[in-house]
Amino acid sequence: MTDPTLLELSRWQFAVTAMYHFLFVPLTLGLSVLIAIMESVYVMTGRAVWRDMTRFWGTLFGINFAMGVATGITMEFQFGTNWAYYSHYVGDIFGVPLAMEGLMAFFLEATFIGLFFFGWDKLSRLQHLVVTWLVAIGSNLSALWILIANAWMQNPVGAKFNPDTMRMELQSIGEVIFNPVAQSKFVHTVSAGYVTGALFVLAISAWFLLKGRHTEFARRSATVAASFGLAAALSVVVLGDESGYTANQTQKMKIAAMESMWHTEPAPAPFVLFGIPDTAHRTTHDQIKVPWMLGLIATRSTDKEVLGIYELVDIARQRIENGIPAYSALQQLRADPQDSAARAVLEARAGDLGYALLLRRYVADPAQATPAQIEEAAWGTVPSVGYLFWTFRIMVSLGFFFILLFAYGFYQAARRRCDAQPWFLRLALWSLPLPWIAAELGWFVAEHGRQPWAIEGVLPTFLAVSPIPASNVALSLAGFILFYSTLAVVEVYLLRKYIRLGPALAAPSAAA
Amino acid sequence: MLLDFDTLKLIWWLLLGVLLIGFAIMDGFDLGVGMLLPFVARTDNERRVVINSVGPVWEGNQVWLILGAGAIFAAWPALYAASFSGFYLAMLLVLAALIIRPVGFKFRSKMPGARWRSIWDWALFASGFIPSLVFGVAMGNLMEGVPFQFDSELRASYAFGLFDLLNPFAILCGLVSVTMLATHGARYLAIKTDARVAARSESASRIMSLLWLLLFAIAGYWLWKSDFGYAISRGAGTGAMPNPLLKTAIVSPHAWFTNYQRWPATQLLPVIGLLAPLMIVLLAHSRLRRVAFLSGALGIAGVIGSVGVSLFPFLLPSSSHPSSSLTVWDASSSHRTLWIMLIAVVVILPVVLAYTTWVYRVLRGPVTIAHIESNPDTTY
Repeated sequence: MTDPTLLELSRWQFAVTAMYHFLFVPLTLGLSVLIAIMESVYVMTGRAVWRDMTRFWGTLFGINFAMGVATGITMEFQFGTNWAYYSHYVGDIFGVPLAMEGLMAFFLEATFIGLFFFGWDKLSRLQHLVVTWLVAIGSNLSALWILIANAWMQNPVGAKFNPDTMRMELQSIGEVIFNPVAQSKFVHTVSAGYVTGALFVLAISAWFLLKGRHTEFARRSATVAASFGLAAALSVVVLGDESGYTANQTQKMKIAAMESMWHTEPAPAPFVLFGIPDTAHRTTHDQIKVPWMLGLIATRSTDKEVLGIYELVDIARQRIENGIPAYSALQQLRADPQDSAARAVLEARAGDLGYALLLRRYVADPAQATPAQIEEAAWGTVPSVGYLFWTFRIMVSLGFFFILLFAYGFYQAARRRCDAQPWFLRLALWSLPLPWIAAELGWFVAEHGRQPWAIEGVLPTFLAVSPIPASNVALSLAGFILFYSTLAVVEVYLLRKYIRLGPALAAPSAAA
Repeated sequence: MLLDFDTLKLIWWLLLGVLLIGFAIMDGFDLGVGMLLPFVARTDNERRVVINSVGPVWEGNQVWLILGAGAIFAAWPALYAASFSGFYLAMLLVLAALIIRPVGFKFRSKMPGARWRSIWDWALFASGFIPSLVFGVAMGNLMEGVPFQFDSELRASYAFGLFDLLNPFAILCGLVSVTMLATHGARYLAIKTDARVAARSESASRIMSLLWLLLFAIAGYWLWKSDFGYAISRGAGTGAMPNPLLKTAIVSPHAWFTNYQRWPATQLLPVIGLLAPLMIVLLAHSRLRRVAFLSGALGIAGVIGSVGVSLFPFLLPSSSHPSSSLTVWDASSSHRTLWIMLIAVVVILPVVLAYTTWVYRVLRGPVTIAHIESNPDTTY
């Protein structure tokens, strides 16, 4: 059985390093495209202010990019260092998008980012513009491949368990790449990155306008940011809705937990606008409901039910019971690979093998599990309702706030009056941290909502961890926190320094 | 699928070699440049010359390592799982170094203070030295075998820690790696810089290549005198499912030399590993800088190729339970995954090589102090 301290520490380390990495990723995604747009305008119009904009925002992009690269390597190594059984069990499938990310995306962005900074006087305008776009395309492609990998953890399609190798194996690469969860997640995530980039540009431009510095530069930057940001914010919300729909096809428990919906509601299900989830009594107090809304989001219909937690736990219990013979058959096959009867049983019930593995947390041999242990394992498939309920609601509220903010900014920019309203500029400035909060909360909902699974329905998280001494993980976790915090302080300090210097000083001839 | 499973496993073993050699050649010179930074450059402008010689390209070079790790994950998942978790603290040391590198390059010149810059100079030194040493130490431990075993669910358990990895033979291998990559970095600097920095790099390349030659020869002799070596005594048969527990392996002293007898052409690899540093000793301070640089690259291929051929078909031998060892035949991913990844590599890698070549062409020519002084804002 897995050492609980080791499991806790390993999960904390993954959460800390992943969330830290995602402080830099959304800004890279958003700024890379914004810079490419600005430089396109420069190449088309030939006006120097657009080149200054490209270089100034490019300088800030570069400082952020370095941190994204540095923290990204950790993520790729960490599956092997801390989740070794996971890597063995699903590497045949999961490794493919990771390798593709390196081959197709990282090479592209990393090879051309050097030329972006050092190539201003070595390339023609058009060549440099192509380089900038290649960096932007590279970083967006990397998001595509890593989200295909992540979507497979949420919805493991195109794969099958092979008892001879004791792991999941790839059946169809097409299904993995065109996983519906991957499609909606990709657009939702990159749009969130664009919102982050746009708000970053808008907030800093607002600061310049409030100070009355570089007004020409800042007004143009704000206009680009507001229009790009509005499109991105709309896309985030629409694709977030699409994610909700696909999640209800594949991860019903996540939806039920996010909604704190203990019992199936008659169709069309209402959306709980407010409520106080009570996990001890398995109920939600003081609910304010919007009729029909959840039914429409989750099922795109008025006549289909959205299942509640109690009903989903019943289903989990059945799947655990159905999985136990599969687990026993696997043990027989390990003793005698020629046992065709056992092979047939496993073949028929392989889809529920993962559910039997859930019992390993409570009993060494799932075949010996008592009804009480099965009940415990079935309820163990419910993620923490309280956290999911609130994180989801804060994220969604922020999403709608971004739409309003950018819409107003866009309206004022279109009237060329975006510097005439100090309250708006101040609001934009103070909103600067919000996209990061929304993005981190979104990942929390997606990944915490997947628990107790590492791979939904296939491999429980507690079995996936590397069997290494917990003290080693404690050491590395402490190291990461110390190391990353120091670097974060340096990064914020440098960003502030270059923002204060402003476009003229930070990039008189160029930027690096 | 056009190719049978065993052929694909063999191709992926070769590709693993290509990726590791690609990493050592491409990222190797910036690791070497990092190690040499405090020694071949004294003044701030000289150090900026050194940093800017790799400034625009190191980021792309480091992707070779990332691709290497990704390809091991996809093609050799059992190896990825066992080696990354087994070598846990060593891997974290490498990670720490690799995290320092991007920020070191980027942040150093963003502030004027001498103390600030000196801290980053030594950070860049460490971030070149540590990975070079650890990768060599890891190679040494592969030769010796490490104590680990699989249970019947293929869950690995290990009986070693960081300090067991730092044994004398492994440290010797680590130093071969350090001197080899330092030589390569010095040869790169000799081309990409001028004046004093280039002259010091010439001298550094002579010293480092001499050490590389000596240490590599000693490591070979040590291996010959030792009883390191493993062999498969009963295989799982051709085309078998990749499951390391289906075979039996034994300790077999001198087994690391049998492949050279079976395929004599492979003897060229260690010979190149010795001749290349000798060439550099002779060519240092001459005008044949490109020849010297290419010798270094060839020598790296020779050294890494020698390790691969010696171990073949082993990837990660287990000293405590030899039958748990990972080999080319039983540590790969499925037939389908190997095939898909092969197509991806064959289609995409040439494109990568093409645009990388174009970038190096754009950036050709040495970095000079005059260049740094006239472009204080475009340079690191």
